[in-house]
Amino acid sequence: MSNKSAFMSWIDARLPVTATFEKHMSKYYAPKNLNFWYFFGVFSFLMLANQILTGVWLTMSFTPSAEQAFASVEYIMRDVEFGWLIRYMHSTGASFFFLVIYMHMFRGLLYGSYQKPRELIWIFGMAIYLMLMAEAFMGYVLPWGQMSYWGAQVIISLFSAIPIVGDDLVTWIKGDFLISGITLNRFFALHVIALPLVIVALVFMHILALHEVGSNNPDGVDIKKYKDEEGRPLDGIPFHPYYTVHDLVGIVVFLFVFCFVIFFWPEGNGYFLEHANFEQANGLKTPAHIAPVWYFGAFYTILRVVPDKLGGVILMGAAIAVLFVLPWLDRSPVRSWRYKGWISRINLVLFGLFFILLTWLGTQPATGIYATLGLISTIVYFAWFITLPFISAKEKTKPVPERVTG
Amino acid sequence: MKSLIAVIFALLPSFVFAAGGNVQLNDMKVDLEDTASLQRGAKYFANYCMGCHSTKFARYNRVARDLGIPDDVMMDNLVFAETKIGNLMEIAMRPEDSKKWFGATPPDLTLVARVRGADWLYTYLGSFYADETRPYGYNNTAFKDVGMPHVLAGLQGKQVKGCAPVVIGFDPLTGQELKEDSCARTDDAGHPVEVLYLEEEGQLNAAEYDKAIADITNFLVYMGEPMALERKRIGFWVLLFLAILFVPVYYLNREFWRGIH
Amino acid sequence: MSNDGVNTGRRRFLIATTAVGGGIGAVGVAVPFVKSWNPSEKAKAAGAPAKADVSKVEPGQMIVVEWRGKPVYIYRRTEETIGLLDTNSDELKDPENADEAQQPAYAKNTQRSRKPDVAVIEGVCTHLGCAPKYVPEVEPQPFQEEWVGGFFCPCHGSRFDLAGRVYKGSPAGKNLKVPPYSYADENTIIIGVDEENS
Repeated sequence: MSNKSAFMSWIDARLPVTATFEKHMSKYYAPKNLNFWYFFGVFSFLMLANQILTGVWLTMSFTPSAEQAFASVEYIMRDVEFGWLIRYMHSTGASFFFLVIYMHMFRGLLYGSYQKPRELIWIFGMAIYLMLMAEAFMGYVLPWGQMSYWGAQVIISLFSAIPIVGDDLVTWIKGDFLISGITLNRFFALHVIALPLVIVALVFMHILALHEVGSNNPDGVDIKKYKDEEGRPLDGIPFHPYYTVHDLVGIVVFLFVFCFVIFFWPEGNGYFLEHANFEQANGLKTPAHIAPVWYFGAFYTILRVVPDKLGGVILMGAAIAVLFVLPWLDRSPVRSWRYKGWISRINLVLFGLFFILLTWLGTQPATGIYATLGLISTIVYFAWFITLPFISAKEKTKPVPERVTG
Repeated sequence: MKSLIAVIFALLPSFVFAAGGNVQLNDMKVDLEDTASLQRGAKYFANYCMGCHSTKFARYNRVARDLGIPDDVMMDNLVFAETKIGNLMEIAMRPEDSKKWFGATPPDLTLVARVRGADWLYTYLGSFYADETRPYGYNNTAFKDVGMPHVLAGLQGKQVKGCAPVVIGFDPLTGQELKEDSCARTDDAGHPVEVLYLEEEGQLNAAEYDKAIADITNFLVYMGEPMALERKRIGFWVLLFLAILFVPVYYLNREFWRGIH
Repeated sequence: MSNDGVNTGRRRFLIATTAVGGGIGAVGVAVPFVKSWNPSEKAKAAGAPAKADVSKVEPGQMIVVEWRGKPVYIYRRTEETIGLLDTNSDELKDPENADEAQQPAYAKNTQRSRKPDVAVIEGVCTHLGCAPKYVPEVEPQPFQEEWVGGFFCPCHGSRFDLAGRVYKGSPAGKNLKVPPYSYADENTIIIGVDEENS
């Protein structure tokens, strides 16, 4: 930049502001054919910012004790000016965070964004997802409603399935012989500072790794193969201003949906805020129907499919762990599903649909037809991963174009 | 993509209130704009419910302000406890005592509408019937063997459960109601269907009582989320703002991408 | 990127419009966050008007009432000290109560009170917020030779007379604040309510 101001020169001599901006924004070349699915990364980032900002504000009025937690949430909802809005932004934000994360992950599956050389991006992403689940679970305990309490009871009890040390481990996690204010307090500490720090660090690594190799695209072609004389990818355009203005459109639309839910549908029919959680925790009375929040539904269903406690925990753990090794399960020579064979494409759609089914089943009682459906969809879930190496390696793929198809 | 969202939304309404069980619920039309109804509901609530039930997360002055009741009127007519207008709506009854009297401590009702839903509350308040086997002489079809006495019995009169004529349809020619004894039919388990009917009228007639419990329910829905109207009002402007903001943002994007193919 | 065919004026207009829109949005988002720091309903309830019965406060005596977490001094001046309030204006920073924020209109008089004898004053030093000490005796003090009764702040030595007016040479710049108050009846003061008989 020739017309750089004296002020910026002074700064740049001391802190690489301009260089960093160029490297990651104005001279970071992104494929020009990114589509709808590529909005969800920036939406995730937006939700992270939303959760941190509203979360900081909520801690200002929240009291992390068994006696006061429930009342302090109602204090926020009623007595603090605009407290209700900040709280709804946070509670709805959690659901939307998972919604956009799931879409973001599915995008990765569609276009093979986890494949070489982007394995680390995928692994950091999965680590973020895992941490988010822990973060969301602990956050859900804090309002100290019936679902907070009994959800915590169920989830923490999972650790008792571990042979020999299980029961001691559960007591250690609770810090008490039952779930109490002591448990609440440590979850509060983890929820408001420890896990957010880890998540932010992982997000940083996720983006750093992405910018090292560059974005994938719906065609799964490498845009760095064809460059102009100045070394700029022919199919790439600078992230700024092109994708900043592009993302802005997506963000406004997304905020419209998000705000609609916050202002007109904050409970989300009991999916975003569960009805039973408006009742204060009572260790002597279990609600008739304990369901996790929807975003844990899929893994909860897999947990319940196995009639054995340890078996269920192992299977659930496997369901999450298998996602981590996905980059090595897919042996297809092409990235994008556009150029994979019909079997792969149908399988992927089925996988997505059955994941939704698993998620929904997790919020329903595990009886009768639901139990059967749970078993079927669990089998489908694992079958997809197990068959993937064979199908992807054997299947005849379509020729991938040299350049992106717009 | 669109179909995916459609699937997610299609699944949503099936998540029902667990508290309702398999009781048939009456439909309650909540209207938070109906200040008169809310005021009546508040009055019934203060007179009949607050002896045992607190609403300890709400404050008297907030209720007064939201319902358009002047502070002194509120203090004179709706606040029976020795307290100040800015205080939380707590009650003097000690939980240990009430547990002894009713078998369970009467729950705080600030959020009951968000836990149970308006339909359930409305149904519950209309479903008390005389039952000699219960300690306070009343049972409830929506909440079997409930510990709570029928505090509104004076208003409603004596409702009983048994065989009674029910409307099963309308004569296509005359338009008159066709009635049949309820016990002529059987439920899924093969038992004759018993219904609730009024044996003795109380201070209110059936329609008035219905209105009274609708008012109480309306008030409790308000209590559950006192900012609901404000939320929607602000929400409208926020959405309007975003819709307007969309215009320059959309054209800005189009302007930059015009030359990119 | 080549700039061929770029409509710079249109671009600039759209960027400006978007920036203004985004700015309005950002301010809008900030509103609830900023407003949530206002005193909550709970704080307001705790800050509700406080009542005080002054029937038993003899001339020279003082009672302290808590209002919004602050000490409010209520004391009855003697005939002598009321008279002395007219004599010391040369030594005061603001003898005429020019600073409107320090007292309600009805206390903008020499005694800075509704009734000449009964004073209602916030016991918060206008320097750094300590509670000034009540020294009503008309006699020489270690901190001031000619003392007509008043307040002495132990923290940094600010001095005030019995109307709460600050003496020159004090670190405090303003007179002690008179809170809004009114009489419910002859002997009952309501602190925090301006209107009489409300």
